[in-house]
Amino acid sequence: MTVYNDFVIRFANVNGSGSASANGMFAKALFRMGVPISTRNIFPSNIEGLPTWFEVRASQAGYQGRREGVDLMVAMNAETYAEDAAAVVPGGYLLHDNSKGLDRRLLRADINAIGIPIAKLILPEFTNPKQRKLFKNIVYLGALSALLNIDFDVITGMVSTQYKGKDELIQPNIHALELGRRYAKQYLECPLPIQVRRTKQLDGKIMVDGNAAGALGALYAGATICAWYPITPSTSMAEAFEKYANQLRTDAETGQRKFAIIQAEDELAAIGIVIGAGWNGARAFTATSGPGLSLMSEFLGLAYFAEIPAVLFDIQRAGPSTGMPTRTQQGDLLSAAYASHGDTKHPLLFPATPKESFEFAADAFDLSDRLQTPVIVLSDLELGMNDAVSDAFTWDDARQYDRGKVLSKEDLDDIEVFGRYLDVDGDGIGYRTLPGTHAEKGAFFTRGTSRDAYARYTEAPEAYTENMDRLAKKWRTAASLVPAPEISGHRHRAGVVFYGTTAAPMVEALVRLADDGAPLDAMRLRGFPFAADVADFIDGHEFVFVVEQNRDAQMKTLLVNELSIDPAKIVPVLYYGGLSISADAIAERIIEHFDEHNLPRLKEVPGGLGA
Amino acid sequence: MTFVAKPRVHHPQLPLNDLGLNRRDYEGAVSTLCAGCGHDSVSAAIVQACAELSLPPHRFAKVSGIGCSSKTPSYFLNASHGFNAVHGRMPSVATGANLANRELHCIGVSGDGDSASIGIGQFAHIVRRRINMLYIVDNNGTYGLTKGQFSATNDKGSTSKKGAPNLYEPIDLVSMALQIGASFVARSFSGDKQQLVPLLKGALLHRGFAFIDVISPCVAFNNHNGSTKSYDYVRGRGASVVTADFLPKDFIATAAETVVDYAPGTTETVALPDGSRLRLSKLDESYDPHDRAHALAHVLEAQQRGEVVTGLLYVDPDASDCHEILDTVETPLNALGEAELCPGQGALDRINAGLR
Ligand SMILES: Cc1ncc(C[n+]2csc(CCOP(=O)(O)OP(=O)(O)O)c2C)c(N)n1
Ligand code: SF4
Ligand SMILES: [Mg+2]
Repeated sequence: MTVYNDFVIRFANVNGSGSASANGMFAKALFRMGVPISTRNIFPSNIEGLPTWFEVRASQAGYQGRREGVDLMVAMNAETYAEDAAAVVPGGYLLHDNSKGLDRRLLRADINAIGIPIAKLILPEFTNPKQRKLFKNIVYLGALSALLNIDFDVITGMVSTQYKGKDELIQPNIHALELGRRYAKQYLECPLPIQVRRTKQLDGKIMVDGNAAGALGALYAGATICAWYPITPSTSMAEAFEKYANQLRTDAETGQRKFAIIQAEDELAAIGIVIGAGWNGARAFTATSGPGLSLMSEFLGLAYFAEIPAVLFDIQRAGPSTGMPTRTQQGDLLSAAYASHGDTKHPLLFPATPKESFEFAADAFDLSDRLQTPVIVLSDLELGMNDAVSDAFTWDDARQYDRGKVLSKEDLDDIEVFGRYLDVDGDGIGYRTLPGTHAEKGAFFTRGTSRDAYARYTEAPEAYTENMDRLAKKWRTAASLVPAPEISGHRHRAGVVFYGTTAAPMVEALVRLADDGAPLDAMRLRGFPFAADVADFIDGHEFVFVVEQNRDAQMKTLLVNELSIDPAKIVPVLYYGGLSISADAIAERIIEHFDEHNLPRLKEVPGGLGA
Repeated sequence: MTFVAKPRVHHPQLPLNDLGLNRRDYEGAVSTLCAGCGHDSVSAAIVQACAELSLPPHRFAKVSGIGCSSKTPSYFLNASHGFNAVHGRMPSVATGANLANRELHCIGVSGDGDSASIGIGQFAHIVRRRINMLYIVDNNGTYGLTKGQFSATNDKGSTSKKGAPNLYEPIDLVSMALQIGASFVARSFSGDKQQLVPLLKGALLHRGFAFIDVISPCVAFNNHNGSTKSYDYVRGRGASVVTADFLPKDFIATAAETVVDYAPGTTETVALPDGSRLRLSKLDESYDPHDRAHALAHVLEAQQRGEVVTGLLYVDPDASDCHEILDTVETPLNALGEAELCPGQGALDRINAGLR
């Protein structure tokens, strides 16, 4: 039986061998044919030599999460032959270079080996050793086009656009593609029972990674200053901002720039620059990952107390610097939420898709200006660095930036006495002034907390407490402004709570669970502090699973702590191996829980407990 | 301790500057530092320099780190905003503030602990970035606010109040600034207003990164015999190489002034971006304040002799600043709105198309 548009293909390569470009073309070709795909780079912290994998999942249902098991392995790295062969599902396929015969480590009776003498095919055709190495990737791409029934025109078209202007490269690439394709057609059974076919499902969609999307969102939101320090997996966000800003923010006449990017000396300086710029009225951001967030901690506290807008993108990765910097995780939740000393907390946004990375990036600047506080967007490597199919970006041209409560010179003219930290409107948010606004009014010395509502120096206990209570009030205001949770399903006895990149596999897991008689109501958290709906959802269920990608159930801790929820009500479902969590892992763990506790597997609980 | 605002009383006897303002209009809150603290003299010199330059008192961004010295932006230019940031990180805040609004004068005040220890990394990098600002270190060789520990600028062998010698080599921020590319470098003494005020004026009007290391004794913890940052020690050892006189835009030398002549070949005027000038008077004919390597060598040699070289040590009148390096627009970035910043749906459609 032929299966269309539903498989996982994994490319096992050596880092630095030039495979990324061929693999990227493979994914793009599928995307252009309308095959719903998601991609994953599983790469080492290394520039050349270590094993690297690239995975493409095609899913007719449009599931974007990672799926366990590999249907077709392209085994191009002898060093990982054994584990690569083991990863293939029974009955699956394994494509390898058999120029020197079939390596014993690839032998498995229950899978189909597809041998192509790639090196031998290349040898007589190309003399340049560099091309011989690079074109191995192109040859397997050509063979795959035949094996999986990919439109050849789509691939050759891509080669032509990729090397536009370097015409001398087009012909050899196409020749290499044809070598592979011809060999497959001549000697192999083509196409395989797993193959692709064109659909219209992706019409209007785009393929993009979350970091580029976030950078674009920051640009659209009017960010003019970006200060950063290189750290995987956030680096590509600053780089994307630079690329887009050069294109879109350069004065057509003078060539001068309407932005400033500083690659700072470290993360302390990066956040300091952002805070200095925010204090002086420009929209500024930094992008970092866990270790950088730790370094920024002191400054985040100052910005919280001094009430300075700042936007920080934390593209989370696994563990410390010598942890797994190229693997994904949701491990910074608590350190971001409570970053710094004293009583500090910070609004968080949890984008789940590239579209949301774009939108939340833009919203983060409005929120930060409105709330006069740092806002942290918690993305991760899975979202930030992998291309995914996404709805196209949209921008409402009528949208005005919300710069929050900033007094102009005219406003100040009308005010008798200006008090920076006075709660004039009862929402806990004071009015701020920018340096240089008015000759006589509105200037003050910005400090942490040793001041009164008029920003005058004092260490009086009452002034401190009063200020802290106002900040708590502001925090409650924030709860009504951050993106609300997305809630689905009705009145099942149990619910599931998740956020960020757990959303993609969750869609799939929920369908499987419903099929298995364990339907769940679902709540996707999109922001912190938690809106009232969050407590209501949890209260309305007998118990809830909280699915997340860290060891210590950090979202559970946050929910219990912030909402005074009985911890026994929350069942953590955790994955923290460094790959993204899969639907299989989620569904299995939840079914296990049902079975362990002898919970009935029902479609609907009579009477329901959800109301 | 609470804030004490200075009463704004009219002083008809005080001279008015070109903006019709007097010195009082450039002052800040009442200082809470120890009586006699060198830092207060630096604040007073800033007040005098800004008033005499007739700069609008509200068009400054004052930034500082943490320490007694870093409290001082509160004690000058009350009409301007100030930011008492975190320990050692004033340079990054100054960078952000200057990038956001290039039109404000930026004054950063730091201490020797703030800039030479915890903040030495940020100090080095702001010099490299050439932020257009005046960066002052109130250098007292000690951590005043945490009660008298040695700082990294404290000279080896200089003693603590209790007599214990400092065992480590000092860091000289002037040498560092020279080496990394500051375009205006000076050292002065809080007790020498004559020298300090013109240097401040020149530094304020200089375009690029201007650094002044001001030896500013701490009367509470480092003003005893045995300290090399005491009033007495510095008065005895200070050797000024190049003094600067500030000549305003409309300055015409009067006969009386030309009489105060220096030996031929030892004076020179340097143009400042606003049309005013600095008249440099070299006390050593061979000293060249435009030769970075020479300046650095001179400072190091003097240091070995146990002398404290003061004055304007280096100036590059044609220096550039970070905005030039980054080629940013003339309009302050914080003044750009949606129309200038947001490319709109049309551009987004093209970006979307490129992602298909
Ligand atoms: C992160 C951090 N560490 C330590 C301190 C404590 N601290 C406050 S001021 C200071 C030293 C200030 O020395 P200096 O910059 O020379 O200023 P001075 O008081 O001498 O003018 C220290 C260590 C702090 N505020 N923050
Ligand atoms: S402790 Fe020293 S530095 Fe601090 S105010 Fe007193 S004299 Fe000045
Ligand atoms: Mg000091």
